[in-house]
This record gives sequence, C-alpha cells and structure tokens, in this order.
Amino acid sequence: MSPPQPPRLNRPELICPAGTPAALRAAVDAGADAVYCGLQNATNARNFPGLNFTPDALAQSITYAHERDTKVLLAVNSFATAPGAKLWQDAVDIAASLNADAVIVADIGVAQYVAENHPGLRLHLSVQAGASSPEAIRYYCREFGVSRVVLPRILTVTEISAIHDEIPCEIEAFVFGNIGMMAEGRCSLTNYVTGQSTNMDGVCSPASAVQYVKNADESLAAKLGEFEIDCFAENESAGYPTICKGRYLTPARSGTYYAFEEPVSLNLSSLLPELVGAGVTALKIEGRQRSRSYVRAVVSAYREAIDDIMEGAEADLSVLISLTEGGKQTEGAFKSKKWR
Amino acid sequence: MPASGSVSDERRQSTRPSRFPKLAGLALRPVPLFAVQPVLNRLVRDIASRRPELFERLGPHIHTAFAIDVEELPFVLRLLPDPGNPSLTAHRRAENIPFGASISGPFMTLFAIMDGDGDSDALFFARDVEVGGNTEAAVCLRNALDDLEGSVVDDILEIGGPLYAPLKMMLAYLRKSEARP
Repeated sequence: MSPPQPPRLNRPELICPAGTPAALRAAVDAGADAVYCGLQNATNARNFPGLNFTPDALAQSITYAHERDTKVLLAVNSFATAPGAKLWQDAVDIAASLNADAVIVADIGVAQYVAENHPGLRLHLSVQAGASSPEAIRYYCREFGVSRVVLPRILTVTEISAIHDEIPCEIEAFVFGNIGMMAEGRCSLTNYVTGQSTNMDGVCSPASAVQYVKNADESLAAKLGEFEIDCFAENESAGYPTICKGRYLTPARSGTYYAFEEPVSLNLSSLLPELVGAGVTALKIEGRQRSRSYVRAVVSAYREAIDDIMEGAEADLSVLISLTEGGKQTEGAFKSKKWR
Repeated sequence: MPASGSVSDERRQSTRPSRFPKLAGLALRPVPLFAVQPVLNRLVRDIASRRPELFERLGPHIHTAFAIDVEELPFVLRLLPDPGNPSLTAHRRAENIPFGASISGPFMTLFAIMDGDGDSDALFFARDVEVGGNTEAAVCLRNALDDLEGSVVDDILEIGGPLYAPLKMMLAYLRKSEARP
C-alpha cells in the first residue's frame, strides 16, 4: 500500500502591481495572472505624483494584457467623499467600459454603485475595507455580490483557514511588499501630519510633504511636514518616510525607538504552501509605487516559486531581500501576532 | 518578554550595480566644460523630441530644475525638463547652482535607473541613491523615466551623428559590463 499523499493544492493566481503601463507590461511578461492598477486621481489608494493610468493608457494596457491571457483589475479603493462621489462612479464606469476584469473597492457606496449599475462587473473587496471577520465578509457578499476579499495583513494562516470555511467568496492575501501594522483603511497618521488622507485622498506620506536633509555627520534626516520622523546613520538602511515606521524620542526611553513598526517588508515565501492549503485563491504582491525593475524581479521570482510549490518543491525567495524596505523581511502576523 | 517573530537580520545589502570604470572618471577630469556642453545640448533636445511622453508624468515639475550629481564625474548636471526649452548643463561642484530637487549617486547606479534596470526605492533604502530638495519632483522624474518604452539609453544608442560616437561607445561598454556575471 502506498503512503498517504498530501492533499493536492489548487494553483493560486498571482496578482501583481503596476503603477505605470511599462510596469504593467513587465508584470504580464514576467508571468502575472492578473495585474492591478489605478487611475490618476483620488479614487485609488496609491495616488502618487507621476504615477498611475489615464483612461487611454488603461485601455491600451488592458488590450496588451488580454491578448496575453492576463487579467487587469482596477483599484477604485479609496473612500468617496461628499460631494465628490461622482469621481468614484466615473472610475467604475471607465473600468466597465474598458472591460476590466474586476474593480477593487473599499467604500460601500462605491460597491453599491457597482452592484446596481454594472452587475456583470466582478467586484473585489479591497484590503482598505478592513474586512477581517466572516460576518463582515458575508455582509459584503450578500449586499453587493463581492466575489473576492483581499484580507487585511493582521490575520494568521490558521485564522485565514477558519475564515475560508465560513465565507462564500474567494480569498486574496498579500505575500510580498510593504507591510504596516495599522488597521488598513482606518489609519489617519498621515492625515494628522499633512492634512492629506491615505483613505480619502489616496496617498500615504505625500511626497510633497517629504524632505530628506543630509546632516554634517553624513546622517540623513527624513522629515514629514514639520516633523522629523527618522534619522539614518551614514551607512544605515533607510525605509519609507511613513509615520508608522518612524523612530522617535520619548522621555521614557533612552535614545530613539520604533514606536510602531520598523522598516521591513513582508515576504511569505516559506508560508506559500500553508496559505494555499488554507484556501487562498490569489497571492498578491504589493508595490504599485515601485519601478518596473522591481515588478519584473518580484513577479518572476514568485511565478517560479508558485510553479515549484505546485510541483512539490520548496520555494526559495531569499533573492528578494535586496528589494525589501530596510533590507529586512518578515512573515508578520501571518505567522505570529507577536512578530514585533 | 523577548519579542518573537521572524524578522530576518540580514546585513544591509547594497543593490548597487558594478562600478564605473575608474579610468573613464579620471579621463573626464581634465575635460573643460565647454567641450562637454554641445553634447549635452544636443542630447537633451534629441531626447525631448523623441520622448514627448516623458513630460506628461512630470506635471508641474517641468519647471523644476534637477541637480544630478554623479559621484565619479568631475561636474554636476543641471536638468530643466521644460518641453518648450529643455536644457542640460554641466557645472563645477564649486559653483552654487540653483535647483529644486537633487539626485545623487554612483554612475552605474544612476545608469541602471535610467536604463530601466534598477529599482530606485531599493537603491534609496540601501543608501546608494540620495534625494534632496523637492521630493515630489524627484519622484515624478523617476516615474517618468520608468514608464518609457525601452529607455533613454536605448534612445542614445539609436541616435546617429559623430557627436555621440564616444558616448555611445561608453554606454555600449557599460551595458555589456552590467550583463557580465
């Protein structure tokens, strides 16, 4: 009698970021199953200067991707604000008219608009919605016909597996890239300092408010608005200029310390089989603000890793360390809630 | 209680590409700026006419002056990416040139970014590239260069004329040395 075989894994989709048409082509060519991107306005949670797609560029990019059997998902995933909700509705209309394969939304008003006006358009629930319980996810599925939920990066693999058993939709989980420990879609730190909101203006630490100042001792101070949020010694790795990854002084401690999280990137290469076994349908790479070179490197590496895992081999993605924030990587809450 | 988790403790890893040939830097040192300037004038005009899309992602920063400080070069470049009147000029470091944003780093690192082959965020994390002044302008320039089909280096290699011959030779050599394992 042959020994029992491990359960066969379903091949997950690889979902890849693109901040520009060139990055989208790089993702498609490197083996993405789907690419997500956004328009050049506040409807998208990566509304950074010089980034993103015009409707014309999106149309050309969708054609490029579809000709190569790759899907394109449009992120309309910031929160609509009165009286400007039409901007979000227009973004959804553009996605529908260009045959985007899905829209990724966070706002219930936008979700309702999709459900009522474009019932044939596939709806994904953005990580920005912060839906982390079966009850919340089932609500979105029931009310708006959500087909897939992108889970917040605060759940362990065991919790993801339990959620999977109780919801009627697919699960998408981040596997690589930026990670913060703030509740997604609820963070107001940037708003507090700069007056611009991640969730409503679509930009965390707007570049217009960021300044780097080199000191006489060759250290580099990172400033956001009127606050210095970190200072890197001459040969020390740097991170993104976000408040959640800043280092601060407090009378209660000697020296500076990371109050929330240190500069580090998520890399779940060693958890991929467990994630897929837990019922995750789609593995997502973060980084729409990154270059096409990053997209090409990370997508190629994850494409190979997924193919290896499906063959029963181990995946080794240690090569990606050079692309991580601060030169460090973590499995974050996916492995343990106490990763800090 | 000690913190648990899985943050790896790898040392800072530079993503810096291979080094710029020392001889080339030394050879450029005695070159007077007036000899370099005609090549730069022609270069910026040719790129601007071949790549009008470059300016779209710059938005208001077509009026921002960028100081580009290449470690090995004996001069600093000042780029004004105004589509109506683009300019690229060379200045000695002692000159106090006015600029809105600055980008500095080793030649091969900046070359890799310009050639669509280097991730500027990772290079920034590793401290191989530094940004000063208006960060938004620097981010826009990076995004504009990154969205080009091919790269500015491709353009230079395609443009004809004797003025470019030495530059083309050098770029072809650098690309070859980048590809070498």
